[in-house]
Amino acid sequence: MSAPSKGREDVLFRPLSGVRPGLVACTILAAMLAGVLWFCWGYQIRYDIGVAGINRPVFWGLYIATFVFWIGISHAGTLISAILRVTSAEWRRPVTRCAEAITVFALMIGGLFPLIHLGRPWLFWYMVPLPNHRGLWPNFRSPLAWDMMAIFTYLSGSILYFLLPMIPDLAILRDRAVAEDRGRFRARLYRLLALGWRGTPQQWFSLEGGIKAMAVIVIPVAVSVHTIVSWDFAMTMQPMWHSTIFGPYFVAGAIHSGIAVLLVAMYVLRRVLKVGDYLTDQVFSNLGLLSLTFALIWGYFTFAEHLPVWYAREPSETAILLQRVSGDYAAAFWAMVILNVVVPLGVLSFPRGRRPVGTLFVGLCVLVGMWIERYLIVVGSLRFPRLDFTLGSYQPTWVELGILAGSFGMFALMYLLFMQLAPVVSIWEVREGEQHASRVGGGVEPEPHPVVPHPLGKRA
Amino acid sequence: MTRWGMAIDTDRCTGCGACVVACHAENNIQTVGEEEARNGRAMHWMRIERHYEGVFPDVRIRFMPVLCQHCAAAPCEPVCPVYATYRNPEGLNAMVYSRCIGTRYCANNCPYSVRFFNWHGGEWPEPLQLQLNPDVAVRPAGVMEKCTFCVQRIQDVKGRARSEDRPVLDGEIRTACAQSCPAQAIVFGDLEDPTSRVAQLARSDRAERLLGDLGTNPSVIYLKGGE
Repeated sequence: MSAPSKGREDVLFRPLSGVRPGLVACTILAAMLAGVLWFCWGYQIRYDIGVAGINRPVFWGLYIATFVFWIGISHAGTLISAILRVTSAEWRRPVTRCAEAITVFALMIGGLFPLIHLGRPWLFWYMVPLPNHRGLWPNFRSPLAWDMMAIFTYLSGSILYFLLPMIPDLAILRDRAVAEDRGRFRARLYRLLALGWRGTPQQWFSLEGGIKAMAVIVIPVAVSVHTIVSWDFAMTMQPMWHSTIFGPYFVAGAIHSGIAVLLVAMYVLRRVLKVGDYLTDQVFSNLGLLSLTFALIWGYFTFAEHLPVWYAREPSETAILLQRVSGDYAAAFWAMVILNVVVPLGVLSFPRGRRPVGTLFVGLCVLVGMWIERYLIVVGSLRFPRLDFTLGSYQPTWVELGILAGSFGMFALMYLLFMQLAPVVSIWEVREGEQHASRVGGGVEPEPHPVVPHPLGKRA
Repeated sequence: MTRWGMAIDTDRCTGCGACVVACHAENNIQTVGEEEARNGRAMHWMRIERHYEGVFPDVRIRFMPVLCQHCAAAPCEPVCPVYATYRNPEGLNAMVYSRCIGTRYCANNCPYSVRFFNWHGGEWPEPLQLQLNPDVAVRPAGVMEKCTFCVQRIQDVKGRARSEDRPVLDGEIRTACAQSCPAQAIVFGDLEDPTSRVAQLARSDRAERLLGDLGTNPSVIYLKGGE
């Protein structure tokens, strides 16, 4: 295709051949951390769910909070990438791949947590609508049944949406592996995954149609997934869960945490794989602005969620609210507000803050803040049931903390394997963008934002 | 039609706890031990809540036995993804232990906090296993449980009545808690039969339902207000 980008592209191919000791070491470390999750889960299955700290009335604890957290993170990729694709935002081209990977991996981990949380996880298939001779079906009225179906739909949709645009890149890799005649494992893998891609006009036509269709389909699916996750709470009559705003509130929070993870992942990719030519400062800055927007939206929702509760003074809800803003959970609550709104506002409002280091800092803050939010919603409400005779307490045990830590190991492991098996930047889409730019702008890449003279004569 | 219900006279209740013990014995409820009880995992299908009324020095304690309210519009039922808890034709909020996968969603949505989870399986070290009631299933770890209105006793009486070709008489079925209450504060029977004692008590001026404003329509009626 276009010749000038050949040298630039080398950086994308480098991690995909041979062995890079640093990456392999990281992969092994991540695998060990991931092993903690499986060990702890095995221990929990062997010695019963009671080894977790959950109790009565805190029947849901860290597992469900972490489930919501990971499902939220999964909104990084598919949703953001689909919206950017549908709106033809040109700067999306280098970002979509690494964002979509986050979605797929975070969903896999998030989907694991409800199973970890079950009292008898080996019977989870009771929730699957399998035809059986007793005519027993799952209860379609239960938000948990919706939840499982929504997550499986989103997972299969986002895997498709992740793999479809990868086909031409996999074909490039296949051809390279065959031409260089090394790495037989890779050659076989890429041949399998490239699905016989030859780059014929017919194939391009089908592929682009497929990508467009998936981009449009996946947006409502993503919105529905986190809405339904929020309905796991909102459909109950538990005080401070039964809230009409939970759907959009959770979706906004999900995207907020999704962008945060994307910023962190992009920073790591840029540092480790040296792909700064693709993941440019401009991309970080654009995503920083998006993060700023969602910090404001999330802050607005948080305010709109709590103020009416305070005004109505309904006793069972007020008890929880007061614990949250000035009681047991005050430190966590205000830390959450600072991490999710104040920090992004303070850092990302300024062009200097939107440089990669600044966005990395904000991304890490928002991640912690959003986890706290989910923990407060789950545990902070359940501890104070309607009949105050059954007030509870909750302390996560080492098993729960191990599984939480292990889930990050799982994510790192999958992401590291992805970095070593597929180009983290969509090669053909960037090439397409360059061609597009050279056609439109006569060889000169257009400025992302046209420079307009400031009316007062200052620099815009 | 039948709708099993219970009337509990809090003016009579002395808070002795006999009902709690009887319930444990009848229904094979595990005793979790000191440490687990401290972790908030004690299991009592029936509990006695203490409520302090009045201002010092004119204070009295009102005892309130709280158990599954067998709501007609039970919040626990629609949220269970596998129909492990459902409303049976006689108005019982029934648990199917073998169907339960342990999402614990029902317990979160129960405003009365009367659902109990088997965090660990129960243990009855020798010779305590001999005291297990053979009519009641022992629940494994990972399963939700709660008051059944002593469904095994209901079934037993119904079977006997059927074999004698007669209807079940009012007062013939006595739950373990009602049987053991020395103050006779607990009355069990059919709420749909207007002549039954429980239905008459339900019509009394003293009758009220716990958290009645939630619209759960409980089958347990609390009597309160007389002396």
